Amino acid sequence: MEHIVIIGNGIAGVTAARHIRKLSNKKITIVSAESNYFFSRTALMYVYMGHMKFEHTQPYENWFWKKNRIDLLNAYVSKVNHKNKKLLLSDGTQINFDKLIIATGSKPNKFGWKGQDLEGVQGLYSKQDLELLETNAPNKKVCKRAVIVGGGLIGIELAEMLRSRDIPVTFLVREDSFWNGVLPSGESQLINEHIQEHHINLRLGVNLGEILADENGRAKAITIKETGEEIACNLVGLTAGVTPNIDFLKDSGIELGRGVKVNRLLETNIKNIYAIGDCAEQHEAIGHRRPIEAVWYTGRMMGETLAQTICGNPTEYKPGHWFNSAKFLDIEYQTYGWVFSERAKKEYEKHFHWRHTKEKVCITVAFNRETGRFLGINTFGIRMRHELFDRWLTEERNVDFVMEHLADANFDPEFYKAFEKEIISKYNGDFGKSIDIKKKSLKRIFSLS
Amino acid sequence: MSTYDKSMALTGQPPAALSTGQKMATLLGMGGLAILLLASFNLNFQNKGLWLTISLSAISLGILWFAWDAYTNKQPGIKNDGVWFKSISNRGLWGWVAGIALTCFYIILYFYPEYLGLVSDGENKGVISLFDPLSIALSGNPASQWFVYGTLYTVAILAFGIKFLWKYRHNRYEKIRTVSVMFFQTAFAFLIPEFMARLNGDKLNLPYYDLKNMWPLNYYNFEGYRVKAFINSGNIGLAMLLFGIISVFVISPILTYKYGKRWYCSWVCGCGGLAETIGDPFRQLSSKKQSAWKIERWLVHTVVVFVTIMTTAVIYSYLGNDTSKYWLTKKTFLIGVAVVLTIVFSLVMIFKRKQLQKDAQYGAIGFFAVIIGLIGLHFLSGDGNIFLIKSGTLRKSYSFLIGSIFSGVVGTGFYPILGNRVWCRFGCPMAAILGFQQKLFSRFRITTNGGQCISCGNCSTYCEMGIDVRAYAQKGENIVRSSCVGCGICSAVCPRGVLKLENGPLEGRIDSNQVLLGNDVDLMELMNKK
Ligand SMILES: Cc1cc2nc3c(=O)[nH]c(=O)nc-3n(C[C@H](O)[C@H](O)[C@H](O)COP(=O)(O)OP(=O)(O)OC[C@H]3O[C@@H](n4cnc5c(N)ncnc54)[C@H](O)[C@@H]3O)c2cc1C
Ligand code: SF4
Ligand code: SF4
Repeated sequence: MEHIVIIGNGIAGVTAARHIRKLSNKKITIVSAESNYFFSRTALMYVYMGHMKFEHTQPYENWFWKKNRIDLLNAYVSKVNHKNKKLLLSDGTQINFDKLIIATGSKPNKFGWKGQDLEGVQGLYSKQDLELLETNAPNKKVCKRAVIVGGGLIGIELAEMLRSRDIPVTFLVREDSFWNGVLPSGESQLINEHIQEHHINLRLGVNLGEILADENGRAKAITIKETGEEIACNLVGLTAGVTPNIDFLKDSGIELGRGVKVNRLLETNIKNIYAIGDCAEQHEAIGHRRPIEAVWYTGRMMGETLAQTICGNPTEYKPGHWFNSAKFLDIEYQTYGWVFSERAKKEYEKHFHWRHTKEKVCITVAFNRETGRFLGINTFGIRMRHELFDRWLTEERNVDFVMEHLADANFDPEFYKAFEKEIISKYNGDFGKSIDIKKKSLKRIFSLS
Repeated sequence: MSTYDKSMALTGQPPAALSTGQKMATLLGMGGLAILLLASFNLNFQNKGLWLTISLSAISLGILWFAWDAYTNKQPGIKNDGVWFKSISNRGLWGWVAGIALTCFYIILYFYPEYLGLVSDGENKGVISLFDPLSIALSGNPASQWFVYGTLYTVAILAFGIKFLWKYRHNRYEKIRTVSVMFFQTAFAFLIPEFMARLNGDKLNLPYYDLKNMWPLNYYNFEGYRVKAFINSGNIGLAMLLFGIISVFVISPILTYKYGKRWYCSWVCGCGGLAETIGDPFRQLSSKKQSAWKIERWLVHTVVVFVTIMTTAVIYSYLGNDTSKYWLTKKTFLIGVAVVLTIVFSLVMIFKRKQLQKDAQYGAIGFFAVIIGLIGLHFLSGDGNIFLIKSGTLRKSYSFLIGSIFSGVVGTGFYPILGNRVWCRFGCPMAAILGFQQKLFSRFRITTNGGQCISCGNCSTYCEMGIDVRAYAQKGENIVRSSCVGCGICSAVCPRGVLKLENGPLEGRIDSNQVLLGNDVDLMELMNKK
């Protein structure tokens, strides 16, 4: 029986394993060093905040793996020998494979800051990071202030976590507005305000200088590069992005860039070795996507796709329309299609932006300034229906059509206040149009005829 | 080397600790309870009305103060910080203390009301007598242990309801639903029956009737003494009896078809009302294991069969044999029951068999148990004996095992241990029947938002019915589960906006997908072919 070995029990590796099992009878082994069972990395924050226990982050009960004949091995792979198809584990044992899937995820970036390896300095990626945080910042007595470096999605999650234990937080963001490399300015501004509402000391447009140690070798303060200002703290959270976790593959003969280089079939340069998830790097970016996509959904989609290839139906990784979501403290964010920030905007891309006068709710719609074709939407504080936007993007709808049918797309819980009227009247005002919003229709939503 | 003292990590984390205000609020509420406790030890309060007012106000104000302190300085949003650190809500010491105290209270209430001061002929003593002034003001009669319980129950739903409204002030579905249960408890369960008792006199002798309670939740509704009382009370009584029947056979099926069983379980029902308000801090304790789900299905369906047989036997026992006296005789009644059950069973088997593989089998077993029970009832016994057990005995054991032990002692007493919907999930026959319909003939579903789920598990953790919501959401499958009471909390706590409770067309209600939205369309087509 063909033996499929998967390194990494994250969403990518586990999805591949589950689908290979559905499609075949092959022997499957997952080797992973972080935890015995698959858990949801995205939920780590909720464990620290006391919303969940660690066991709740595990999407499958422990009996699931045996029942589906997926062997789990908690071990670290230190070398891959593709010539005789063997893995070397850190305890010296070896495993044979017929096909190998590399799904080893990412690790936090460190940019060579002085003091970045001191005690009390850490990233937030793994279960071990979470345990470390529990020691570094169990409460506000031990951790009198935390400094977070890097204004991305993980940074703001870390800030929320620490605030849930009343720990004062200073948040250093290199950009002059939160995440404005990705978000258009109106949205970025809204999040800036919301961060401050949560009593987080947001410092925009500053970089980390160095991290200073006390006499025990623990972090005691940081300095700001631009001003030299010193901020005393007991925890430094490094959340300036992630890089593929592939150091153990150096000199293995597998072609590496920043990640493991793969083609559209997710094959590496070596036959029968594949890479998926955060650690995979496409030779060429697909559409507007980045060559390395470090998000949950793409890891899952690569797993779904690769299982086909492995089970005899060679299938290219062809992701559909882009979508994503996140939560900034209390504000939910969703995106469908492409809406770029001012910095990354294409010249044909035009934006319509609406923001509620009082509440923290806003949307941005991107469309082609010449053809009026709808390109994408960002929403803050309003949930939208994935299926409808996916359909509209496929049908290449005009932005007027989308605005007209906005009520159909709303996915907020029942009885929520609807903002479509206000949105449309601003839209009409901005562009001199007179569009009427159509009433929500179940027929259209569920595409019944 | 780390220099801090590790033991500090074990002392109260900030989210677990109570603020000064909350400590004082707790003290105030406990003070109110202490008055009741003293009264039950027969401390004689002179001015009963005053002390009762003080006690109930202290309890309510304590709860409100506590809640105000917890939520006032926070942004609107999900308030689950520290839930698993607090010993009251993580099955810690305080959880067990509360569980044991509640259980003892229920045992005394159901089985030893004399310790509360109930005197069957003569003046009440103890805590019950403390409630006499209120009871007399409302209904004109002295209090009973049930009046005491009803009052405390209503106070709990109102005060904790307000706490819930603050907690979910960003969520209109939760707010409206909570106002609804608060209203139905106060008006229908508490005030109207008391006022109705006032109407009773020579001509009218209505039994206590909470109009929103339906058979089989009020399993006693069609018992001989009640039916007699209804019939003897003229048009009003007859109307109420009729309403009782119509609500089971007409109103409830229509509403459940349109909105799912939530219209009852989390908008109207009193048990649900208690679970959603005072029980809210315990929702995360329900077991999500598949094994728990198996137990649930067996247990709850057994109760349905039990209550059906019991009610049939009871009604059967007081009907006559003579058609000339009353059109409904033992025989016609039994045949009627058998026909209704057969019709329901056949319809399900013919039209919905595919949707219910395993459940259909359970349904069939239950069905046959009922039918055999009926046959046994008719042929093996003379007067309401089923398998030689008297209908009276059957009724008594039902009311003891299910009515008291299960719904009261276990159902509420174990909130802090097994979660707030133990009864609704494992025992309530009403929930089972509504759920059966919800699964098969209802527009209600929880829609999963394409491929947006990140498998975080908030939804499953906070589902009070122990549904593993995530298992569906991460497959892109809608959630159509008979046990879902539509509380909406899964949707509220989901950080990615994946879940929406909605009523929509039956077509495509349950969509299960191998490959989720967002991936290659051809692959989706290939994999999701049914
Ligand atoms: C705090 C946090 C929040 C996030 N939130 C979101 C979100 O909301 N939405 C979103 O889309 N994405 C989010 N992400 C990103 C998302 O979690 C990742 O994209 C995803 O988990 C990557 O999955 P993966 O399977 O590729 O790798 P991983 O989940 O990283 O799994 C790889 C596993 O392989 C193990 N491993 C690595 N090397 C070896 C070796 N040599 N031997 C043995 N085992 C090894 C690792 O220990 C790890 O357990 C978040 C990430 C973090 C850290
Ligand atoms: S599935 Fe959701 S709505 Fe249904 S009972 Fe569970 S938490 Fe409530
Ligand atoms: S809470 Fe939402 S994102 Fe998390 S597992 Fe449930 S449906 Fe998925």
